[in-house]
Amino acid sequence: MMQHLLIAPVVLPALVAPFIIMVLRHHLDLQRIFSVASAVLLAGVTLALAAQAADGTVKVYELGDWPAPFGIVLVLDRLSGMMIVLTSLLALPVLLYAIGSGWDTRGSNFHALFQFQLMGIMGAFLTGDAFNLFVFFEVLLIASYGLMIHSGGTRRFQAGVQYVVFNLLGSTLFLFALGTLYSVTGTLNMADLAVKVSQIPAEDTALLRAGAVMLLLVFAIKAALLPLHFWLPSAYANAPMPVAALFAIMTKVGAYSILRMYTLVFGPEVAATAGLTENWLLPAALLTLIAGAVGVLGSNKIGRLAAFGAIASMGTLLIAVSLFTQTATAAALYYLVHSTLAAALLFLVADLVMERQGGWILPQLPMPQTGLISALFFAAAIALAGMPPLSGFLGKLLVLDATRGSELATWIWAVILTGSLITIIGMARAGSLLFWKGHGLPQQNTDTSAEPPQQNPAARPAQLPFVACFGLLAGLVALTVFAGPATRYAEATAAQLFQPQAYIATVLGEEAK
Amino acid sequence: MELLVASAVGILTAAGIYLILRRRSFPVILGLSLITYAVNVFLFASGRLMTAAPPILNKYEEVAYTDPLPQALVLTAIVISFGMTAVVVMIALGAFLSSRDDRTALPAEPEGAGEDA
Repeated sequence: MMQHLLIAPVVLPALVAPFIIMVLRHHLDLQRIFSVASAVLLAGVTLALAAQAADGTVKVYELGDWPAPFGIVLVLDRLSGMMIVLTSLLALPVLLYAIGSGWDTRGSNFHALFQFQLMGIMGAFLTGDAFNLFVFFEVLLIASYGLMIHSGGTRRFQAGVQYVVFNLLGSTLFLFALGTLYSVTGTLNMADLAVKVSQIPAEDTALLRAGAVMLLLVFAIKAALLPLHFWLPSAYANAPMPVAALFAIMTKVGAYSILRMYTLVFGPEVAATAGLTENWLLPAALLTLIAGAVGVLGSNKIGRLAAFGAIASMGTLLIAVSLFTQTATAAALYYLVHSTLAAALLFLVADLVMERQGGWILPQLPMPQTGLISALFFAAAIALAGMPPLSGFLGKLLVLDATRGSELATWIWAVILTGSLITIIGMARAGSLLFWKGHGLPQQNTDTSAEPPQQNPAARPAQLPFVACFGLLAGLVALTVFAGPATRYAEATAAQLFQPQAYIATVLGEEAK
Repeated sequence: MELLVASAVGILTAAGIYLILRRRSFPVILGLSLITYAVNVFLFASGRLMTAAPPILNKYEEVAYTDPLPQALVLTAIVISFGMTAVVVMIALGAFLSSRDDRTALPAEPEGAGEDA
């Protein structure tokens, strides 16, 4: 029985979602109860799984009991364990926020789509098969299309078309990449791919290199790396903000996939793809950070500000990922957890602001609960910009420390520090315009055409959104306070990633049986 | 046959990319469909092209067989791309019906305007 726990993070939301659609369609309260119960259960299951993986063993679940290169496998190692825990711990506050703010009542099937989205994300983190990774990408994408246009509106639909077309193109490219890899190696199991790739003679690797580059492009689209990031700002800024907060983990799916494929299959010692990541990924990541920071400074709406903040944090994360050394990867993992929570918090705070005054970064009359919201914005801003005392500072410090051996260390330091400065200025500008400048305005005569808030805040249970925000903030504080254990786990994870032999042996069943 | 398949994939992809770069959502969706057709044919080719061979091993005698895995992959890819195309058509239709405009570019928002959600 315990061995089947590994598939529970995929199966549980996959069962709850259709149940919500088919049985509870007209019972919003029951939908909420089941959705939250599923998220809580998921958190418990993922924590139990992560505890199993924490000792460094690799667990394999063979679907249909077919052995590895032939059947599809789910694989649990430290990295997967960490990612699924992060997903479930992010999902819970976001779900509570959506319920508390009433977002789930503004369109149909929010809870079912939310569960499908969780299923896709969990599956993508757990699968050990490249084609299955594609399938789970599609599951999470198709749920995200529904969530992105949740509650409708012209602008949201128009942004939704761009988002869907861009990602559909990415999915097609993914298939081209998988076809290329399959034609060279004859397998799509990640562990088997790793074995086959290392056996291919160096002169026959032209197709393999093409496949590896296409795969990198696909993951870069997901991770919003610079030339491929254009879908993100308008999609996230026009999506419902709680959905955008959940999407904070979706860019990390791209980063996770890069880490997984380019340590396991196209590892640093594979001659065919050597230099690929250093030559392309690192400069792109540096530019991503700058573009994100400048975008934060130039945003005129708080939703866009949060979206560009997410891009900037992806830039920092991918800088650390692209070095592909053990210390840099450990730093990247720590920063990954931090940036997911911080970006989600900023999106939720953006929604609190948008509910009350429309979200334009202009001097406006003070909104209700302005003190509490501005305090939360302040916390989210210093977390995302990487200022002390929150974990963003530690994360950036770890990243900077890990780049010391690199040839481009000067560039990386300059870009990260400049990017942080620009982000801080952008956040400070937005915060002072939103929360302070309004106090000087005369009561009736605003210089903007700000609409009165569309929702009556008193009609909703007002505490739950703040509970959700403080929950995410508590996560950030915990990550700061327990930075020691967290970095030790990240280092152990990185060590496991750079010794893929145990993973390969366990998946292919060479020592397990 | 190799030439035929390869040129089919190439032409479909080229036409698809040309259409995707158009300004209105209908050609863009057509382009996406063309590219998904191209990738389906491409996946077939990844298992090596072969005619008149069953996709199963014969236990009793040595006969030619074709790789069954790409066929399964193509089937999955067809189902997914079909579903995705339906979704994008619906969303594009929603955008067109609410704005009476099928351009894929987002129009600029007037500064300070309220949310149009």
